[in-house]
Parts: sequence; C-alpha cells; structure tokens
Amino acid sequence: MSETRTATPTGLHPAPSPAQMAQQARAKAPVEVTGAQSLVLALEALEVDTVFGIPGGTILPAYDPLLDSVSVRHILVRHEQGAGHAAEGYAAATGRVGVCMATSGPGATNLVTPLADAYMDSVPIVAITGQVVSSAIGTDAFQEADIRGITMPITKHSYLVTDAADIPRVVAEAFHIAATGRPGPVLVDIPKDVLTSRTTFSWPPKIALPGYHPVTRPHGKQIREAARLIAAAERPVLYVGGGVIRARAAEELRRFVDLTHIPVVTTLMARGALPDSHPLHLGMPGMHGSVAAVTGLQKADLIVALGARFDDRVTGQLSTFAPEARVVHADIDPAEISKNRRADVPIVGDCKAVLTDLLDAVDADLEAGQGGDYTEWRERVAGWKETFPVGYTAPDDGTLSPQLVIERLGAIAGPDAVYCAGVGQHQMWAAQFVSYERPNSWLNSGGLGTMGYSVPAAMGAQVGEPERTVWAIDGDGCFQMTNQELATCVINNIPIKVAIINNSSLGMVRQWQTLFYNERYSNTDLHTSVGSRVPDFVKLADAYGCVGLRCERPEDVDDTIRQAMAVTDRPVVVDFVVHRDAMVWPMVPAGVSNDLIQVARDTAPQWDREESEAVEQPPVDTDDGYDDSEGA
Amino acid sequence: MSKHTLSVLVENKPGVLARIAALFSRRGFNIDSLAVGETEHAEVSRMTVVVDVEDLPLEQVTKQLNKLVEVLKVVELESGSAVQRQVMLIKVRADAATRSQVLEFVSMFRAKVVDVASDSLTIEATGTGEKLRALLEVLEPFGVRELVQSGLVAIGRGPRSITDRALRSA
Repeated sequence: MSETRTATPTGLHPAPSPAQMAQQARAKAPVEVTGAQSLVLALEALEVDTVFGIPGGTILPAYDPLLDSVSVRHILVRHEQGAGHAAEGYAAATGRVGVCMATSGPGATNLVTPLADAYMDSVPIVAITGQVVSSAIGTDAFQEADIRGITMPITKHSYLVTDAADIPRVVAEAFHIAATGRPGPVLVDIPKDVLTSRTTFSWPPKIALPGYHPVTRPHGKQIREAARLIAAAERPVLYVGGGVIRARAAEELRRFVDLTHIPVVTTLMARGALPDSHPLHLGMPGMHGSVAAVTGLQKADLIVALGARFDDRVTGQLSTFAPEARVVHADIDPAEISKNRRADVPIVGDCKAVLTDLLDAVDADLEAGQGGDYTEWRERVAGWKETFPVGYTAPDDGTLSPQLVIERLGAIAGPDAVYCAGVGQHQMWAAQFVSYERPNSWLNSGGLGTMGYSVPAAMGAQVGEPERTVWAIDGDGCFQMTNQELATCVINNIPIKVAIINNSSLGMVRQWQTLFYNERYSNTDLHTSVGSRVPDFVKLADAYGCVGLRCERPEDVDDTIRQAMAVTDRPVVVDFVVHRDAMVWPMVPAGVSNDLIQVARDTAPQWDREESEAVEQPPVDTDDGYDDSEGA
Repeated sequence: MSKHTLSVLVENKPGVLARIAALFSRRGFNIDSLAVGETEHAEVSRMTVVVDVEDLPLEQVTKQLNKLVEVLKVVELESGSAVQRQVMLIKVRADAATRSQVLEFVSMFRAKVVDVASDSLTIEATGTGEKLRALLEVLEPFGVRELVQSGLVAIGRGPRSITDRALRSA
C-alpha cells in the first residue's frame, strides 16, 4: 500500500481488503468496516463484475475500497451519461443487472437520461450516487441535487441511505427490484458521511419489501380463456414485445409459434425474439414497420400481445388500430394491461411462464382436435410479405445507400454479433435491414428515443460479451453526443466497432421536414460530410487511438466492413458517407390510422376488393391531412 | 367525472408521500383531498385519497399505485359501505348581536365552539363533506374570516380490517 493511500480516511482504520472480507462475508461473519467498504462488499457479494462510473467529491470514499476489489472492475468513463448507457448496454446484452456510479449534483443529474431510458425500456440497472453529507442536505450545498426526488418518476424505485448499517440491505434490495418483475432502474443515493462512518457488514442481509410482490405465474383460468380465443380465431397474430426478451422467453416463443403456426410480429424492442428467418415472421409493426406486420395487425381478428405495451409508435391512431381484433394481453406489469387498448383476456405474468402454460393449453386443444386452422390467413399474410418486402431504391448517382451499408453489415457480421443503434433513421434501417436471429443481439433506445445511446451502450455490451463482435450503428448526430467514450474503449481495451451512417444531417428530422414542412430544412444540417467535414470522423477516430476508416462508394462497402472486422485490438470507427435524401419507408405518418401506411413517398399499397391480395401499385397522392404535431 | 375514495396503505418511510403525490400529478390525475397518518401498526401509514376520475383511469391509478414498492395495499372505499369524515375549523364573525344565532347553528350541526373572542367564534365541525358544506353555507352570511379543513378520512363498515390482510401478505 502506498503512502498516499495510508493517508486516506479508510487507511486510518486498517481493515482487511474487500476480497478478504467477502470471503468472511460468505461465511456470514459480521466484519467491522466503513460504509464505503460495506458498499463494495455488497457489490462483490452480488457478484457484480463491472461498474461504470466517474468519481467526485461525495462518492470518493466508495472509490477507495473499490481500488482494492479483485472481483469488481471499475471502468472510468468520460461522462456519467456514458456510464448509465454502458450499464444499460451491459444489461441488455447479458440480461444481468448493469451498474453505474456517480458523484452528487451534476454527476447524478448526468445519469438522469440513462435512468429515464432504462425505465422506458425496462432495463435492469442500479445507479449508485454520492450525496452531500447528511447535515448539509437541503442547504443548497456544493454539488447538491435532490437526485432521489429528481429521479422518482423515472426509476422503478430509489433510496436515500441514512444509516451505514442499511447499506447491504438497500443494495441487495436495489438489485432484487431492478432484476425481478418488470425490470427497471433503481437509484441508491448515499451521503458522504454514511460512506465514511463505521458499521458492520454481514451477508446475506434480510430483504424487507412488504409491498413488492411481482406476479410471475399466470392465472390458469386466463390461460384457458386465451387458448379458447386462439382456437376460435381465424386471423390471429402474435404481437411480441420487449418483455419476451427480458423474460428470456425466445425459446418458448419459438416452440409456441411452431406449434400453433400463428404469424408473428416483433416490435422494435423485440427484434430477435423470433428469428427473422422464420417463415411466420412478418417483421416489425408500427410507424416504420413492414406492410405485412402493420396490415397483419390491422386485419387480425385476434391479437395475442406478449410483453408489449401498445405504444403509440406501434398502434398509430389508437381508435382505428386493429378494429376487428379481440385482444389477449400478457404482461408482467398489470398497469400495462388495458392501459391503451382494452384487453379481452388480461394475463398478468412473466412471458416465459405465460408461453409455457399457453403452449400446454393449446397443445391440449390440438390433441383434442379443437385447434384453430389459420391456413387461409397464413397465405394472405405470406402474400403481403412477398408483395411488400422492406426494400429501398439505390440512388443512381453512384452515392452510397445507408440501407445497403446496414444490410451488408448485418450479412458480414452475422447473427452472433451484437448491434447497437442510436436513434433516428439509422436506427430504423438497422431494425429493418439487419436479420436478427437471436435475442439480446439488438440493443436500442426504443421508448425514450435517446440520441447518443449507441456508443456507450455498445461499450457496455462489449464488456458484458467480450467474445462477441459489437457493432454500434450510429448516426452522425447521435455519435457527436457521446463519442467521448471512445477514449474509455481505447484505454480499457473495449474493441467496439462503430458504423457512422453519415448523411450530414439530423436525418429523421430532415425526413419529416421533407415530408411535412415543405423541404424547409431548419437546423438539421450537421456539416459532417456535405460541403465540409466538421468534424472529420476519421481524424477524430485517429485522435482517440481508434482505427478510422471511410467508405463513400457502394463498391467499397464489403471491403471496408471486412477491414473493420479484422481489427480486434482496438475500436474501429467507420465513416460511411451516405446519400442524404434517403428516407425510411414504409411509414405511417404520426397520428393517423395504420391503414394509411405508405411504402414509399405518396405511395400507399393498393388492395383488391376483398382487401386480401395486393395488386399492382400505382402512385397515389396522399399528401394532405397529416398530423405532424408529434416529434420525429 | 366521479369521486372515488382510495385507502392506500404504505410503508411509514420518508419520501412516500412525495412519491404518491407525484404519481398522481404526472399521470394527470387530480387529488381532491388527501389525509395521511399512522395506523395501529407504527410501520404502516394510511393515506386516504379522494380523486376525481372516470372508472377506467381509476383502474390505472390503482395499478400505478400498486406498482410503487412502498405501497402495501390499495382499497377503494365505496361511500355506502364506509364511514367518511372531515374536520373543519371556521373562524366566523360574531358579536353580541349575532353570537346567539351562530351558536344555534353550531348546536344544530352538532359542531362545537373551540375559541371565543369579543367579535369572533372559532367552530370545530366534523362530518361528511356535504354536512360541512351545509354548515358553511349557513355561517357565510355572518362573515367567515378564516377556514381550514382536513383531508377526508374513511374506514370500511363492519368488523373486517384492511390492514390485517395487507400485513399478513407482507
């Protein structure tokens, strides 16, 4: 131990190292420690392997014992937002709880965006923040912010620890709450004096959560009722949401689909829950969903929603969404059921348990010869899928299509890679043009729509899944919000790969300006490739010690991706300079019925009289009547 | 819109009231009245919340409340099967000429006088919101100088207790 370390407050009370103490903790022997040591011991006892964070005044005491921890690796990020998204990426890729740490005041407020993001997308993370000393709370002390109050609406739960003796229990509860039921973020705020005070640590603590009992086993009666509707249906669709991924129920889903042969749509949060190569997979529903998925839901007579929440980006105008469908809605969160669309059969339960029980019930019906027959329906949806594949038109001036880049990236990196998008056009293309074959291979900010999610989340995913290739598919706008974490990646040997889909614009906003604001491009030009390169992303990559590549021609795409794939010892940043006017299609304009889906600008699919078979597609003018009041 | 009375049993911990009040405001529900106090179990507080919502949003309120980790139980108390009480303190102008008239109303409403001054009376009244409104109406002509009322508290009729089961499941 160095001299400077013996001079630290904890050094004044020589204590066994956290690793030694953890050994004792497993033997349940109470040890006398500081609050900070107790915190680190609790993290070790919970088998936390990684914490993303930045130290500062009030959290300093916790960083001292962290230095001695053998099992907890702390990764020093460059911005607390990066720590939060990294924790999210780690959690989303591995299914384990992600951990981030920050100091009081601005450190804590910088975690607000990732906490809100994790809350919307049900990502299990625990945020540990320092707080000013107890006696200063409420006095507007230096770097004081009421972070528990600030984050109350965006966390599943939050704590302000007032007694060091509570630390093991609170940390254990925080992890329990984050990971169970509907997962979500939990904040633990610890004043500095609590971290420095003496206490005893023993493990396991007694968890006291009398008001927390998530229901995971579905009710048998509801399962039977759902099976009855499934057997009676003629046009059923499984509407699969992110809950299936969080519940680790992809295998159960696949078995259920193979048993029932019901067509499936997977939402933006559920891409990979069923392999895209599965013949009954209709693609993604919603504003930029495939025609087959959107129309499948619109014309269904039964929607079985699994871990999905009828988000406005999926339903479009709610009153005209799937007008003929009865709804079976299974979710672990009772508050999601009948929140937006009334459920005919509500099922509260974990998707894994729901699918297992539903499979048994439907299997019994099939055995008894009472199963549903959806052959005709399957043919109809297969027709839509074939007639309206998600595609794009390459520009004829030799410039690069963003869709081509993403399509080739998915093909070359393959289904074992992890793909992590920012928010905007590139996110939608990444959802559409990469073929996802396994759960947890697609990470993105779905609910909150957080630009800047991609790079730090990819970093977290790479830490959690060191053996996998992790591609951040980012936009030139998003990338500039959080790219400083490239420094973290270089220094800590986290070799993520970043594909910047560089159209020199805030592309999705620009698309809306093209469609709904008469091509008046107010404040969407980023100057990152058209006219100037500010910044030059290749030089930027170089400055960080990453490999920087640029690709501007379609014929160079494959080689560039392969070149990037060959680099494994450091991060790679590829500046894909793409055609600026590419737009995301299909599209249902905000606030209108999903029946008005357009496959390209001013082009709605034409249906024959029975509204079943698609016919030749003449262009139509549907330029009027958009509700463009909602943000992109 | 219709008024609903919710009894919310919560862990008696700091910050719970803020959490519940914030939930109502951010989900766009209006609180008509709120009363909080300890129950027969020191570790459990009981909030009585009167909200003005339709049935479907009410179901959302209840579900969202139940999601809060510190909420033990949410029960809707129907007015027919529950006793509901509010307390009101009214400082009303009353001099020698009008005092006896005021006192007459006080006794009619089974309220009581808790403070007297040469030109005012302070009256304490307990009852349902309706009764208190009626009392206020008759006192208003004398001149109400100051008025304060508590939130409504309510308890179900009959021998059953909502706290027992909440604690047992805990």
